[in-house]
Amino acid sequence: MDFGLSEEQEMLKKAARDFLQKECPKRLVRQLDESDTGHSPELWHKMAQLGWMGLVFPEQCGGGDRSFLDLAVLLEEMGYNIVPGPFFSTVVLCGLAILMAGSEEQKMEFLPKIANGEVILSFALTEPAASYDAASVKTKAVGHNGEYVIKGTKLFVLNANVADYILCVARTRRSKNPEAGITLFLVDARSPGVKCTLLKTLARDKQCEVVFDDVAVSEKSIVGKRDEGWEVVKDVLQKATVAKCAEMVGGAQAALDMAVDYAKGRVQFGRPIGSFQAIQHYCANMATDVGGSRFVTWKAAWKVSEGLPAALDVAIAKAWASEAYGRVTLAAHQIFGAIGFTMDHDIHLYYRQAKAAEVMFGDAGFQRAVVARELGF
Amino acid sequence: MDFRFTEDEEAFRQEVRQWLKQEISQRWIELDPGIWEETEESWALARQFQRKLGQKGWLAPAYPREYGGLELSHMKRLVLAEELAYNRSPISIEGEITVNWVGPSIMLFGTERQRKEYLGGIARGEAIFCLGYSEPNAGSDLASLQTRAVEVEDGYVINGQKTWCSYGHLADYCWLAARTDPDASRHEGISIFVVDMKTPGITVRPLINILNRHSFNEVFFDDVRIPKENLVGQKNKGWYQLVIALDIERSSIGYAAGNQRIIEELIRYASETKQDGAPLVSNPLIRNELAQLVVENEVARMMAYRIAWMFSRGLHPSYESSMSMVFVSEVMRHTANVGMRILGHYGALDRDSKWAVMNARIMRMCLSSLSIGVGGGSNEIQRNIIAIRGLGLPRK
Repeated sequence: MDFGLSEEQEMLKKAARDFLQKECPKRLVRQLDESDTGHSPELWHKMAQLGWMGLVFPEQCGGGDRSFLDLAVLLEEMGYNIVPGPFFSTVVLCGLAILMAGSEEQKMEFLPKIANGEVILSFALTEPAASYDAASVKTKAVGHNGEYVIKGTKLFVLNANVADYILCVARTRRSKNPEAGITLFLVDARSPGVKCTLLKTLARDKQCEVVFDDVAVSEKSIVGKRDEGWEVVKDVLQKATVAKCAEMVGGAQAALDMAVDYAKGRVQFGRPIGSFQAIQHYCANMATDVGGSRFVTWKAAWKVSEGLPAALDVAIAKAWASEAYGRVTLAAHQIFGAIGFTMDHDIHLYYRQAKAAEVMFGDAGFQRAVVARELGF
Repeated sequence: MDFRFTEDEEAFRQEVRQWLKQEISQRWIELDPGIWEETEESWALARQFQRKLGQKGWLAPAYPREYGGLELSHMKRLVLAEELAYNRSPISIEGEITVNWVGPSIMLFGTERQRKEYLGGIARGEAIFCLGYSEPNAGSDLASLQTRAVEVEDGYVINGQKTWCSYGHLADYCWLAARTDPDASRHEGISIFVVDMKTPGITVRPLINILNRHSFNEVFFDDVRIPKENLVGQKNKGWYQLVIALDIERSSIGYAAGNQRIIEELIRYASETKQDGAPLVSNPLIRNELAQLVVENEVARMMAYRIAWMFSRGLHPSYESSMSMVFVSEVMRHTANVGMRILGHYGALDRDSKWAVMNARIMRMCLSSLSIGVGGGSNEIQRNIIAIRGLGLPRK
């Protein structure tokens, strides 16, 4: 049993904290939130130079050959700081899918480009049903002579607005089992018939509607096996879910740190409000939520990293973190009082993140259903 | 990071399980006393079992070998505690307090003679202490205790009243905190003593707990004379000894493991019991609540594991233990409440009824779990500790 970070992980964590404090100040976060792209090419390239995009890719693909757990450590720090942009889409959702299911040719073509920050990718799974199950994939890809034509509407697609490629989950064969007959296509975002519309959201994360209106792609763009794509999606979702939890733990830690700091300095009735038990107990609950989320997240991330069956632990982590992050940011707002209710203050940035993360890859209720299923009840 | 137990630890877990299968008596299983439900009969069975555990070196596995322990690693102790609790072993609360608070305090602050006199007995399960801490006017504010110990030529004379002394009517000794310098500041004039419960002048009166059982006592000290060598540690420095002792061995794994078993039983009940032709668990509301308990208990377990890990690294958890304690207490209460909702009318039946389900465990837990967030420092006190010691928030 070991709850500690390795020396390398400690170094990565510290380097990430320092870099982001300097290179991704809240001023930039706000600026990107308010922009239409939500992406800073400058920050992006600096992150690539640090080796973050290729962290878990093999060396021959320009990567750092580090473990998934290392990536989770990095994501915790990214969540702590808040880093707008397509990192999660490009690296976690699409990069890991290509790493896992792509052909050697695809890996050699795309992974080095992701690693050095040349391309941005977006993962198009969800549709108007807004669900993460196979049955809600209605977008069709019809094949003919080595060519496919994709038709359908994808919704809540992160960062498609700045993507070079979209990894689109489409149905290639009808079948009684909704998980059968699904295929992943890596589509050039500039292909004729791809129409991307930015959605305005609470977290100001760049979610899009992406309409595929008879988009023609070649057979070569299939990632993984035809009709067996859901296995890849499941694996990607599992990794993305725990990766999101890591981000959430970081965000919750930041909200806690900010609130505690404020409670120490803010004086009312002639004493710091942090000396009042009402505030102390909020803070104690927040710290407990942060700690609890972190331990179950680490355990799930470790299992994924070791290649052990992790479905139960990932669902437990997301079920808990989804609600804990929300509670922590809500309590933080209560502690900040009126000043937290302004655009000028930073705490709302975390509150928004918590709301977005709560539903991402399945909310707590969805995850609890997974827990029940995994335990056979 | 690594969340595996080693092969050696896993083998140890199997060994403990096998042993418990043989050693937990049928009579104990029939009596099935939950927490705060012990009777004289169950207490006797627990003492018997604790002696057997002592023979294996498993009652006080952390102690040095010369005092009857095994110097077992922290992780193996975690495994042992987890298995003992999950398998509902006959261990009394006072047994645990004796081993985990009294023994280590004697080890840290006692004289060599005291160590020799008490530790072996504790590790063998032969000496059981009750705590003489709380008083009618000293609960959460323990440092305001008023029981006096006056030094005289040949010892100390004790006068005062203690309360909430769990199993004080059955214990061999009292681990007493008394004021030895009434003029010093609150935290300065307190000392710790070992008092033989058979000493003249001690009166024990029962306090019947919410489960209608005699577990607590008021203990009155009227001119109780004890020898000088019964002072443990430094005179007037008892408060600091007491606070340090409170931080020893509080991973709360026992609570999480015991609760795990209850949740599993609730899931089985909801899977096997039909309502309108369908198992209860097919109701999404019920399934959701049960899954939430699984999630919460896993969080509690990880908190407890992490504390054991901290010990294993030579770190000293303090507010972390409070966090674990507060959290698991609330999970247990939540479990009892969900259980009562799932069982409906049946949940309220006591176990003498032929209609009772799950041996009325949920109904009993509904009552007993009220104590978990109160005894040993209320959840509010624990939250103060988290805020002040853990987060550095100001006292004033």
